[in-house]
Amino acid sequence: MTNIVVLVKQVPDTYSERKLSDSDHTLDRESADAVIDEINERSVEEALKIKEAGEGEVTVLSVGPDRATDAIRKALSMGADKAIHVSDESLHGSDMVATAKVIAAALGKVDSYDLVIAGNEASDGRGGAIPAMLAELLGVPQLTHARQVTVEGTSIKVDRETEDGITHVEASLPAVVSVTEKINEPRYPSFKGIMAAKKKPVETLTVADLGVDAGEVGLGSAWSTVLEASPKPPRTAGQRVEDEGDGGSKVAEYLVGQKLI
Amino acid sequence: MAEVLVLVDHVDGEVKKVTYELLTAARALGEPSAVVVGAPGTAGKVKDSLASYGAAKVYVAESDDANGYLVTPKVDALSAVAEQASPAAVLVAATSEGKEVAGRLAIRLGGGLLVDAVGINSDGSVDQSIFGGAFSVKAKAAKGTPVISVRPGGVEAEAADGAAAEETVSLPAVDAAKSAKITGVEPVVGGDRPELTEASIVVSGGRGVGSAEKFDVIEKLADSLGAAVGASRAAVDSGYYPAQFQVGQTGKTVSPQLYVALGISGAIQHRAGMQTSKTIVAVNKDAEAPIFEIADFGVVGDLFNVAPQLTDEVAKRKG
Ligand SMILES: Cc1cc2nc3c(=O)[nH]c(=O)nc-3n(C[C@H](O)[C@H](O)[C@H](O)COP(=O)(O)OP(=O)(O)OC[C@H]3O[C@@H](n4cnc5c(N)ncnc54)[C@H](O)[C@@H]3O)c2cc1C
Repeated sequence: MTNIVVLVKQVPDTYSERKLSDSDHTLDRESADAVIDEINERSVEEALKIKEAGEGEVTVLSVGPDRATDAIRKALSMGADKAIHVSDESLHGSDMVATAKVIAAALGKVDSYDLVIAGNEASDGRGGAIPAMLAELLGVPQLTHARQVTVEGTSIKVDRETEDGITHVEASLPAVVSVTEKINEPRYPSFKGIMAAKKKPVETLTVADLGVDAGEVGLGSAWSTVLEASPKPPRTAGQRVEDEGDGGSKVAEYLVGQKLI
Repeated sequence: MAEVLVLVDHVDGEVKKVTYELLTAARALGEPSAVVVGAPGTAGKVKDSLASYGAAKVYVAESDDANGYLVTPKVDALSAVAEQASPAAVLVAATSEGKEVAGRLAIRLGGGLLVDAVGINSDGSVDQSIFGGAFSVKAKAAKGTPVISVRPGGVEAEAADGAAAEETVSLPAVDAAKSAKITGVEPVVGGDRPELTEASIVVSGGRGVGSAEKFDVIEKLADSLGAAVGASRAAVDSGYYPAQFQVGQTGKTVSPQLYVALGISGAIQHRAGMQTSKTIVAVNKDAEAPIFEIADFGVVGDLFNVAPQLTDEVAKRKG
């Protein structure tokens, strides 16, 4: 019996234009479509695979505004069993340290877990550290950037893939795992799955429910502050030529002109 | 002057270029002290090069376990030194592991975490480039010791003299119940090409290359230019090129002097990893490909005609 908690984040769709709000430099959530982060579909997929190989339960945990319920439903429709949604106005503008602490507190609300599975890096903030920070807070091993995960009884083996190459790591459960985008191809929710998801339990919790002091989270009490933010002017198209058998030479001429070769 | 701790990024005593960038960036805030974590004997190998980039001190945290467990030995070493030295900031490379070390350290020290800086200013603020370079941000730690990860290639390394005075740090024993044990490593075989994030020229191939064998065309052009090779996600997912060379939203962010995109359509997620390049050249047989919207020089044509010709031209000019 493996109890797995999958961390899911709703992010602005990478296909749309992403912006920061002018007023407080936080993410402008209105400007872009909100979707479940693609990497989390892979986290859910991995959790389901582990569950299906043995026995267990998959709980989705998401911290985010009300509309993050869409991301949660997507995970449930793929096959997760239930969900916890931490939603609270006071969380607006929380930084990574506060976010990690809220997630750690929320995990305390789960009966028991053997495995926490996250994405290696969210596509919006790209902090790439929440799983590690969570392991630090929970005092459990981190097996992050996994491109392969094997659970055997109470031990876990992971092939970690980073710019350094592949590192084989192992630890005992409970543990925090993060997955890379090369780990699997997530399943599409079936019609049956979508219908079933509507009836699956979603527990909504506030910061107070978690026993976290609202004064410790949010923009005002963040450990880091954004002082300024400005959009960069977009790039514009330069010269374009048709290849008439001399395309390579034309590029070479251009590069010489730019002193690049 | 306040100390600024720099975690030395090295593989078995071979120092990565980003370490020199960190030592340079640290000087904006105080006096750089390098922290070496590794197997016994590592510091001896790296000390001279750290001195030549201004390390006033070298903290040596060596143990047999240092390379045996993931991330935690580095966090243990940095937090031990930070407690004793009360540094103005701690700098770590914004690599996959470095970001994790920084995150855990910020929790342990109760510090302010600043991720993926591309510049560090003397007032303690950092510059960041987010959403694939679409926004520039200035941020600062609000409380605690700032823990800053700095993007490789974000800051230019400048040599400076440092005394590199050694100080030994004793690492606490690893708690195996809280750590992941490393049972094997398969390092990336870099070959002779420059590292993707450090290269001044990057030549990338996309799905248009068509197969792993045909990536040869991309590699030949890259080698003539002394460039690193990159790939789009579609090329990686099709098995044409290994994952660590992926450029884009979920791959590497590169910002070279010259980026050459061959058979890449220019999807927004690919652009997120390369649109801050100084000069962009694109070759695509589809005149409507979005990559042309951001290319300084575009050729509408078949990459299998254009690339080999360009390779020859470059070789000719080198003589
Ligand atoms: C969350 C998320 C993250 C992503 N992250 C990344 C990422 O990190 N990096 C990334 O690259 N993508 C990423 N993508 C995928 C991205 O959306 C595109 O699917 C991908 O970039 C397409 O790769 P491509 O340009 O090689 O392929 P295609 O879009 O298929 O383009 C191939 C191009 O090659 C041209 N072509 C074909 N044959 C030739 C020839 N002989 N000569 C010249 N031109 C030719 C075609 O005209 C076409 O324009 C991500 C997507 C999502 C949703």
